[in-house]
Amino acid sequence: MTGTRVLLGKELLESWRTYRLPVVAGLFLFVGLTSPLLARFLPEIIKAAAGDQIPTIPIPPPVAASAVDQVWKNLAQFGAFAAIILAMGAVATERDRGTAAFILSKAVSRGAFLTAKIVVIGWVLALAVILAVVVAWIYTAILFEPMPVVGWAAMAALAWLGLAAWAALTFLGSTVTGSAAAAAGLGFIALLVLSIVGAIPSVGPFTPSGLAAPAIALATGVSVEAADIITPVVATIVLIALALGAAAWSFRHQEL
Amino acid sequence: MNQVGLTTRGAPSTALASPVAVTCGGLTKRFGGKDGVLAVNGLDLDVPAGSVFGLLGPNGAGKTTTLRLLAGLARPTGGTITIDDRPVTADDAARRGIGVLDQDPRYYGWMTGRELVELAGKLQGLSPSEARSGATDTLSRVGLADAARRRVGAYSGGMRQRLGIAQALVAAPRLLILDEPVSSLDPAGRRDLLELIAELRASATVIFSTHVLADVERICDRVGIMDQGRLVIEGPLDDLLAHYALPLYRIEAEPGQEAGVATLAARLRGTPWVDRVTEEAGGRLLVSVSDEAAASDGLLPLVVAAGVRLTVFERVRPTLEDVFLRLVGAAPAGGATA
Repeated sequence: MTGTRVLLGKELLESWRTYRLPVVAGLFLFVGLTSPLLARFLPEIIKAAAGDQIPTIPIPPPVAASAVDQVWKNLAQFGAFAAIILAMGAVATERDRGTAAFILSKAVSRGAFLTAKIVVIGWVLALAVILAVVVAWIYTAILFEPMPVVGWAAMAALAWLGLAAWAALTFLGSTVTGSAAAAAGLGFIALLVLSIVGAIPSVGPFTPSGLAAPAIALATGVSVEAADIITPVVATIVLIALALGAAAWSFRHQEL
Repeated sequence: MNQVGLTTRGAPSTALASPVAVTCGGLTKRFGGKDGVLAVNGLDLDVPAGSVFGLLGPNGAGKTTTLRLLAGLARPTGGTITIDDRPVTADDAARRGIGVLDQDPRYYGWMTGRELVELAGKLQGLSPSEARSGATDTLSRVGLADAARRRVGAYSGGMRQRLGIAQALVAAPRLLILDEPVSSLDPAGRRDLLELIAELRASATVIFSTHVLADVERICDRVGIMDQGRLVIEGPLDDLLAHYALPLYRIEAEPGQEAGVATLAARLRGTPWVDRVTEEAGGRLLVSVSDEAAASDGLLPLVVAAGVRLTVFERVRPTLEDVFLRLVGAAPAGGATA
């Protein structure tokens, strides 16, 4: 698509200059640093805070699997917020400010305009997830024991895929509504609805929430049936493709 | 038919292969569905290659919508646009040789002026080195060389407009579409940029809209006047003035004769061959006449009869404003007839 490479450079520079990339990277770095720490010291913190008021409640000793759980949980929660915030204004703000008209009056296709934006959102999320997972792996190794590197890499990939789904759904909202606030609202509603639906055992594997179980299992070194990975991965990719396809269709028919 | 097309076509000022001709046929744009606002209503327009074409009209005439349709930023409800006989579609390649400046240009505040112009050049197909040298050249031409490294967010409205011209020019376009290109500039900036636009006729076709008729008279070869979405008239500027500007007389009285001037104005308004009388401060009158011979014989005797002592009585060259007011100011609801 004409102009994609140039626009990718522009989007990357914009992510840096407008502090989106450093802020998201910082947030994920914080998640990576604190998740194993929380897993390791939370029982002691609870004990210290409660004193002898809860002597009868048994608190299990912290293990490496607790760190994996904590990393995944925090990545899914903070990461989803970050993905929605990154995507909410991607198209809406450019349309609102008139800068989309500046770009699209050049020899640039609308597809290239959207592609550059979503690809760079994907890159920013990928960099942030890698940063969080690497730091979390190191801390987990220090505080507990070294964990399987390949399993953690798989967890990072699955976490990124889940975040990409929230970003894609918010991106669709940003393109269709032309309002960053409405896009964020739609993103959060999608997150809420799909998380609730994902809690239903028979439906869960067909939503991004279905990525959690295989990701945690792989990161803790437990073997996973291929179907348990493939189903949520394919379902999430289909969801992303549908969202981006709808965004492209909508944008192609819009006036600037 | 509301459109009055002059048959005489202004030839390009130089024999060029590169500038492009623009043609609109029955171009229509309606906003808000079937019962919505008809912004452009069956516009037929030919802009010859190499000309500087001024698009005029009152607020809401459809000028900006027309320019956005030409730039591919809006989609026509009906009709066609061709540039050098190629239909304009959503095809991005068709916009490669077109430079566009929006009415209220908004750019990325986090970029420097140089970065923005380079980006525009690269998006128009220039290599990075071509975009760099193009940015240096155009920023210098629009007087922004010293501010090139400053963030666009810190630019004033006038600087943003200059930047808009620079980004439109950077890839040496064959067609320039400029919507109110000098509206935010001070007189010196306006003069410089109008001269720049005038120089472009050697290498590009320029279509620009403005409310300032003097700007059009200064640099345009051809003029189109729009009203209520229709092209009221279009043709070479000199032809418009010759055909549609009525003979005009300026009368100035000695100081302290305001009462006599008012009486004279009232008397002139009741005269059949007087088309319009405009009273100005300081006892001045502008009188446009519909019958030149009758005015030659009868105007001065009327002034003398009114007992007004004159300092100036002269026939003046009609301006585009006179044509504009005559055609648009008196336009009926469906468009004016000349």
